[in-house]
Amino acid sequence: MISKISKTALILATTLALGACGDRLGAGGGAGGQGFDGAGVGANAGGFTPGGPNDPASAAYFQQNIGDRVLFAVDQSNLSAEAQTVLAGQAQWLNANPGYTALIEGHADEQGTREYNLALGGRRANAARDYLISQGVSAGRLRTISYGKERPLQICSTEACYSQNRRAVTVLAAGAGV
Amino acid sequence: MKHAHVSAARGRTVEKPRHFGDTEAISAKETKRSRVKTFFKGLCAALMLALPLSVPATAQDAAPGPLRITITDGVIEPLTVAVPPFVARNPAAQDLAEDISRVIAADLSNTGLFREIPRDAHISRVSSFDAPIEYSDWKAINAQALITGSVLVEPDGRIVVQFRLFDVFSEQPLGDGLQFVGTADGWRRMAHKVADAAYSRITGEGPYFDSRVVFVSETGPKDARQKRLAVMDYDGANVQYLTSSDSIVLAPRFSPDGTKIIYTGYESGFPRVTVIDVGTLEKQTVGGVDQNMSFAPRFSPDSGRVVYSAEVAGNTDLYVLDLASGTTNRLTTAPSIETAPSFSPDGSRIVFESDRSGQPQLYVMPASGGDGSRISYGEGRYGTPVWSPKGDYIAFTKQNAGRFHIGVMRTDGSEERLLTGAFLDEGPTWAPNGRVVMFTRETAGAQGAPALYSVDITGRNLQRAATPAAASDPSWGPLLQ
Repeated sequence: MISKISKTALILATTLALGACGDRLGAGGGAGGQGFDGAGVGANAGGFTPGGPNDPASAAYFQQNIGDRVLFAVDQSNLSAEAQTVLAGQAQWLNANPGYTALIEGHADEQGTREYNLALGGRRANAARDYLISQGVSAGRLRTISYGKERPLQICSTEACYSQNRRAVTVLAAGAGV
Repeated sequence: MKHAHVSAARGRTVEKPRHFGDTEAISAKETKRSRVKTFFKGLCAALMLALPLSVPATAQDAAPGPLRITITDGVIEPLTVAVPPFVARNPAAQDLAEDISRVIAADLSNTGLFREIPRDAHISRVSSFDAPIEYSDWKAINAQALITGSVLVEPDGRIVVQFRLFDVFSEQPLGDGLQFVGTADGWRRMAHKVADAAYSRITGEGPYFDSRVVFVSETGPKDARQKRLAVMDYDGANVQYLTSSDSIVLAPRFSPDGTKIIYTGYESGFPRVTVIDVGTLEKQTVGGVDQNMSFAPRFSPDSGRVVYSAEVAGNTDLYVLDLASGTTNRLTTAPSIETAPSFSPDGSRIVFESDRSGQPQLYVMPASGGDGSRISYGEGRYGTPVWSPKGDYIAFTKQNAGRFHIGVMRTDGSEERLLTGAFLDEGPTWAPNGRVVMFTRETAGAQGAPALYSVDITGRNLQRAATPAAASDPSWGPLLQ
C-alpha cells in the first residue's frame, strides 16, 4: 500500500524542506511515510506550480497554509479552541478537495510508558477524527493510527519539545475513501 | 525454536553405556532440528544430559550446611567463592575448560551475592577432578564455597562437563556432583547450568542463568529510530536478530514455553498483535479484527490464550483471544484506557493498567474479565504491571515527581518498594526465578538512548546488560530445558 516512489518523494521533500527553512515544524510532522505531505516543496521557487504549496488543492498547501497538526496538553486528548480552529480549517479543505483521504497520526511525548502512550496517541487521533467528522468530513475518508512515543518530532527532553510532540497530524493521501 | 532436551537421570554413578544410549537418542532429534539449528545456532545449541555424580568416598552425604544466602534479606556481604580452572580431561578440552569456569564465575559474581577469590590468590591447584579437596588451602584464602569441575571433549565433538560444589568451612560437598553432556556450541549453556546449580543450592532460590531474553534493538536518531526484535542469552551473549528494521516493533514477550514471541508490530502499517516463531521466524498477526489498533499482547501461562489491548474509536480495552478456537472475548468495557495486562502464574487473574481514576493505576481482575479492584494507591502514576513467576510480587513502572521508578509490590498492593529511580525507567520483566527484574532505562536529551538494566528485588545490584546497540523492552524467557 505504500509505494516506494511516494516514500522516496516524501523523504526527498522533507529533506529539502528541512534544508530550506531549518524549521522542523514546517516540515512534515507525519511519521508514517504515507501520503503526499510536503510533496512538491522546494520545486516552487517562484510562481504557481501544480501540487506546490501555492496550489490551494495541494497537500503541500494543506500542510503549510491550513495546518496539518494540533497539539495537546500533558496527558490530555481534548481539543483546545486553537486546535478546533485548525481542525475546522482542515475539514473545510477536505470538504473542498474530495480527492484526498487522511490518516490521522496520534503521538505522545516520552513522559509515559510505551503502551499507555500508544493508547493515548489513539485517543488523540480519534479526537481529531471525531472533530473532522463533526465538520462534515465523511468518516470513510479518515483513518487513525497511533505512534505513541515512537516518533517524536522534537528530540530534546524538555517541555519545549514535549509540547510539539503531543500532537495529532493529518497526513493526506490521494483517494476517495470508502 | 526447539530448546535443548534435558533428561535428569537419578543414578548415583555415571554409567557410560547408559549415558551413550541416551546421547544417541538425542542425536536423532538433533538431526530433525538441523534446519532450525542453522537459523538459530546459539539458541538451541546445547543438548544436555544431567546426571548426578557419585560423591567421593571420603565425603559425607550432602547435608545442607551453613553455606546459605537468603536473597530477600538484602545481602550486605557477598559469599566468597573460588572457581579454579576446570580440569581438562583431554587436550581438546583445554580452552573449553578455561572458558566454562570463567562463565560460571561471571554468572555468580554478577549476582552481587558472590565474590570470586581471584585465582592468583589460590594456594591449591586442582589437577584432578576426583582428588581429595585440600580444605585448609581454601580456608586459608577465605573461600567459603569452592566449585571444581572437569571438561572432556568426546571423539564425536560432544562435551562432558562435571562439577562439584563444596562448603569449605564445613569441609563437605554441597549436594551431589553433576554431569552435563552437550554439543560444543552449547558450552555457555552448560556453564550456566553449573552456575545455576551452585546458585540454587546456596540461595535456595530457583535457577535463572540458563535463560534468554527477547528485546528491541534500537539504532538511528531519536526521531527516526529503527527497531528490531532480538534475543540474547541472559548475560548478553549469542545475540540473534529476529526481524529487520523495516517496521516498528514494540514490547515483545516470550511464550511460557519459549518457542514463540508475541509483540506489537507495524508491519502492515498499523499496530497489530503479531506472533513470531523463534525457530522458523514465521510471523502471523492474531486478533484485532474490526479493531483499529491491537497491541500490548501477552500469552497466558498455558500459552493457549492471548490477552491484549485493542483500540476502537479511540477507546482502549482489554480482550482475550483463545488461540485454538480463534474466539475473542472482551474483558473490560470502560471508556478509559485499559492496557499492559499480565496473567498471574496460575492463569486465574490479570493485573493491568487503567486510567479510569484520572491517571494510570494498577488493577487486578479475574481472567474472565470484570471491573477489577485497584491495588496501587501511592503517589504518582503506575503502569506496566508484571506478575512474578513465583506469584509473590507484581513489578511495575511508577512515574512520580518527574522521575520514573521500577518497583515491586505484593499482589494486593501492599509492601510497595521502589527498586530504581531515574529520568526514564520502564517495563520490568522477571527472571525465571522471580528474584531479579530487568527493565529499560532511557537517558534524557537529544542523544538519549535506552539500555537494559537488571536489579534484585531487594533494590541491590543494579547492572547494565551488555547489548550490541541501544536496547529496550526486555522480556525474560523461561528457564531453558
